[in-house]
Amino acid sequence: MPFQWFVAIRYLRDARGQSALMLAAVSVGVSVIVFLSALINGLQTSLIDSTLGSQPHITLRVPREEPRALVESRDGVAIARLRQPAAQRLRSLDQWPSVMRALAGTPGVTAVSPTISGSATATRAEARVPVVIRGVNPESFLDIIDLRRDIVQGTFDVTSGRVVIGSSLASELGVGVDDRIRVTSTEDVEDVVTIAGLFTVGTDAVDKSWVVTSLTHAQSLFALPGGVTNIELKVRDVFEADRIADVIRGRTGLTVESWMTLNAELLSGLSAQSSSKTMIQFFVVVSVALGIASILIVSVVQKSREIGILRAVGTPARRVLAIFLIQGGVLGVAGSFIGSALGALFAKLFEAMTADASGVPRFFVQVDLPLLIGTTLLATAVGLTAAVIPARRAAALDPAAAIHGD
Amino acid sequence: MTEPLISVRGVVRDYGQQVRTRALRNVDLDLHRGEFAALIGPSGSGKSTLLNIIGLLDRPTEGRVLVDGADTSGLDDRALTTLRARSLGFVFQFHHLLHAFTAVENVMLPEWGDAGAPTRDMRDRALEMLTDVGLADRAQYKARDLSGGQQQRVAIARAMVRRPPLVLADEPTGNLDTGSADDVFELMRRFNRESRTSFLIVTHDPRIASRCDRVIEIVDGRVTSDTPRPGAAAT
Repeated sequence: MPFQWFVAIRYLRDARGQSALMLAAVSVGVSVIVFLSALINGLQTSLIDSTLGSQPHITLRVPREEPRALVESRDGVAIARLRQPAAQRLRSLDQWPSVMRALAGTPGVTAVSPTISGSATATRAEARVPVVIRGVNPESFLDIIDLRRDIVQGTFDVTSGRVVIGSSLASELGVGVDDRIRVTSTEDVEDVVTIAGLFTVGTDAVDKSWVVTSLTHAQSLFALPGGVTNIELKVRDVFEADRIADVIRGRTGLTVESWMTLNAELLSGLSAQSSSKTMIQFFVVVSVALGIASILIVSVVQKSREIGILRAVGTPARRVLAIFLIQGGVLGVAGSFIGSALGALFAKLFEAMTADASGVPRFFVQVDLPLLIGTTLLATAVGLTAAVIPARRAAALDPAAAIHGD
Repeated sequence: MTEPLISVRGVVRDYGQQVRTRALRNVDLDLHRGEFAALIGPSGSGKSTLLNIIGLLDRPTEGRVLVDGADTSGLDDRALTTLRARSLGFVFQFHHLLHAFTAVENVMLPEWGDAGAPTRDMRDRALEMLTDVGLADRAQYKARDLSGGQQQRVAIARAMVRRPPLVLADEPTGNLDTGSADDVFELMRRFNRESRTSFLIVTHDPRIASRCDRVIEIVDGRVTSDTPRPGAAAT
């Protein structure tokens, strides 16, 4: 074993109390970071999952209609205008198949789906409920919003006059699978459809209002033969959605909205959470580093005579430096393993303890490999950094003074 | 006459920034191969300071130290460390072993610390040295588990393991009972005779000084007498 490793490990083993104290400091620090990160990451992932469980990452729609002037100004004539917002009507995207083809080749985009989204009224006996008709092409739509996993009754089937609706809507209308309801669109087109399945995505607005049907059926309900009102996209990295939306907006001139713009409040909440997580991690790291550094400095003072001997008998200063850096690094690595295991264990215990009566966790924790690898690297770096001052101090000791205890 | 092993020329050593204290005043001294010399003087006379300067552990404020005729004043810390490792052995009053290490590991230190990686040869040489000092059966004992006399013998084995031309001993018997002190002295004497290793021994003990071949006395930082005592070993 190289000299510096041998001496470092022997010193750690010999001063068991001090080593245990430093190891405990690193382990506790790492476990706090792992536990906290697992909890916050889990919370954020589940929030984003539930948000994106019912909405596409990016939506393209026809730009809003702008008001048109009824009287144009002329030279020498002043005109006072009253500007009113133009009434909006459901319109189809121009040349949508070619727009779709172009979008499919955009870097970062993983799925593209044409849809129709419009308002309607659902009627069953005396109950009349305003609904949102979502006309979809099942193959591509399910790549973006996989409603199949949220089906609680029946199946996802939107062929031949069959629809799937939100479970809250079904309850409002007092209907179940295989029951029939009447839908009347804003274009005054009426049809009777059969309920093939009920879904619960967990977002009240969706569960209360969505009626998902086929694209062709929606085209006939809204009198848009061959047309679509929206193109919906899924992207590889959800946090890239804003950037990709900007690119598409520049290229198509259409109204392009990303989930990030529509959920700005959620994102600012997540970002505040991440900032507090970073702050807590920072203070934990600083206190662990100070703990290691102060104990190692005490160790250098205690061992200064031995360091003097090492230097006197011919050990170069750089090896003395390495002895203390290795001690810091070894403590960092060992502490990170123990701390990661403890943190993961606490996180899983917390998840189990806070589960509801049916055993479904209220808080999801997310302990993954990148978190553990990241924390291990961080702890090792902290151990090494904390050891720098004691190590430099040891290497700079004057051997003659150290031996005589000056 | 042959080139001295160590030449100290006009060495002055001052301490302190504001108030300067002169520990050594214009010291000239030569040590030759195979010499067995005592350095005596009252406490605070500059004995340890001179030993540290000869041992390349400290630098003179003025003057030069030559090892085998080569001036060491221009050498950096790394070069001095290497020269120290290969040319000098040290024995200290309080044994100064590494207590968490075994006797054999302590003896290996000078070679291991210098080279970085241990070899079987290093270990064999260290065990051989321990056998030489009569501690073969204590090779695997931790330093802290050895008696004072045994620790000092381990320290002598460590100083001798690279067969350096000069061993500097700072009060090597100062902390030992008479019997152990005699054993340690005889051990150093034996190495001096067998391998012609020079010894410079700082001592307060007139009994030890009287058995050395040369006695150098230092008072107030000056060498006040330098007396050869041929045949002293027989006394």
